[in-house]
Amino acid sequence: MGNTHVSALFYQYKSYIHRMKILVVDDEKDVQVLFEQRFRKEIRNKEMEFAFAYSGEEALQYLNELHEAVLILSDINMPGMSGLELLRHIKEKHHEPPPVVMMITAYGDADNYNIAMKLGADAFLTKPLEFSLLKEKLKAIQ
Amino acid sequence: MNQGLQNILSFIEQNEALTAAQKQSIANWIKEVDKVITITEFKLDRTEKVKKTTAILLEETIQELELKRKAVEESNDALQKSLEELKAAQQQLIQSEKMASLGELTAGIAHEIQNPLNFVNNFSEVCSELIDEMAEEIKKGNTVDAQAIATEIKMSLEKINFHGKRADGIVKSMLQHSRTSTGKKEPTDINALVDEYLRLAYHGMRAKDKSFNAAMKTDFDESIGLVKVISQDIGRAVLNLITNAFYAVNEKKKLQPDKYEPTVTVSTRKIGDKVEIVVKDNGTGIPKKALDKIFQPFFTTKPTGQGTGLGLSLSYDIVTNSHGGELKVETRDGEYTCFSIILPV
Repeated sequence: MGNTHVSALFYQYKSYIHRMKILVVDDEKDVQVLFEQRFRKEIRNKEMEFAFAYSGEEALQYLNELHEAVLILSDINMPGMSGLELLRHIKEKHHEPPPVVMMITAYGDADNYNIAMKLGADAFLTKPLEFSLLKEKLKAIQ
Repeated sequence: MNQGLQNILSFIEQNEALTAAQKQSIANWIKEVDKVITITEFKLDRTEKVKKTTAILLEETIQELELKRKAVEESNDALQKSLEELKAAQQQLIQSEKMASLGELTAGIAHEIQNPLNFVNNFSEVCSELIDEMAEEIKKGNTVDAQAIATEIKMSLEKINFHGKRADGIVKSMLQHSRTSTGKKEPTDINALVDEYLRLAYHGMRAKDKSFNAAMKTDFDESIGLVKVISQDIGRAVLNLITNAFYAVNEKKKLQPDKYEPTVTVSTRKIGDKVEIVVKDNGTGIPKKALDKIFQPFFTTKPTGQGTGLGLSLSYDIVTNSHGGELKVETRDGEYTCFSIILPV
């Protein structure tokens, strides 16, 4: 009984230090519900924690105030600041160590891909998003 | 002298009953008559000549007129033919303008469909997983948990439905855009129509030019309700205005990359028995010398090959002729442009 208690505590501690903080940036509001559903187990097990921003500007503000996301998943086509501009800001200016940034876009064309890679994106995924693929990429980071 | 008069003269000369003085008088009268006859003959002859000349001239004139008539007929035929050719060319240009704007939209449409599809695909997978989980809970007898999962399934299904309909609407509007107008006025949600074309135009622009960026503001008057319009046509007019606005802010951004925030504002308003759709941009504005010509067909300030010069002229035609409305413009060179479509309700 005592053992179980200790191991449970240890598990909690482990998951705490390994808990991944992910910022999702997309102008589509339903993206939040979608991510919360698709990662419900990871959220329930406290392996991952999500924050959401609905524009590039909002994402930058979040990062400037809290500095804590280690992984950023950003849409490219958003009104105002585009995902690519956000990527440039993040990789150029802030944060040590720089967070991992994955781009998610409905335009999987070579142009977008090349610009994203040149700006230092860590991955480039297209919509409709394959969550199994995304989860693999996330595991690779962990 | 006339032969008859000559005979009379000889006859009188031989007549013994007349005195010499009488004979002389008669001879004088006869000479006078002869003179009159000679003059009359001469005049007749001259008239005859004039008649002949006139007849010849008339003949020539008639021939000339015939030639001219034929020439006129020929050029009339030629004009008729070129008029028909022009009409056909105009029809073709209108079609190509439609296709050009459709091309601008295609990328936007692709983007707009991927987004709802993203939700449809993923929420359906979520549902399938949730159903497995629910079955598990039921097996364990955890009805409360099962109930909670059922609620989540329902919510996911609602999302699927919503985004499926969204994709459907996008495809329908694209088809409508490329189809020839029905010409029928139907009650239309102007706000939804304008919003849809704003999004499509924006994503289309973004797809064409990766660096393109602009703030979009909308201010819709919810009280306008449904307005009877030919929705494809009004949609096309609105699309033209929005595309122009994006072009204008993008051009200005190229000129002054710093300290400039490209902004396009689209608003609707109900004013009495009229509805107004306003597209305003803080772009390059329209120079005075171009302002008189913007509604003329084929007038464009874009580089060759980039504009048909038909966008605004078509929009003008749609708003004024098909809908009895007004298309107004207000602009300041280098500062802003504001187009208003005013429609009677």
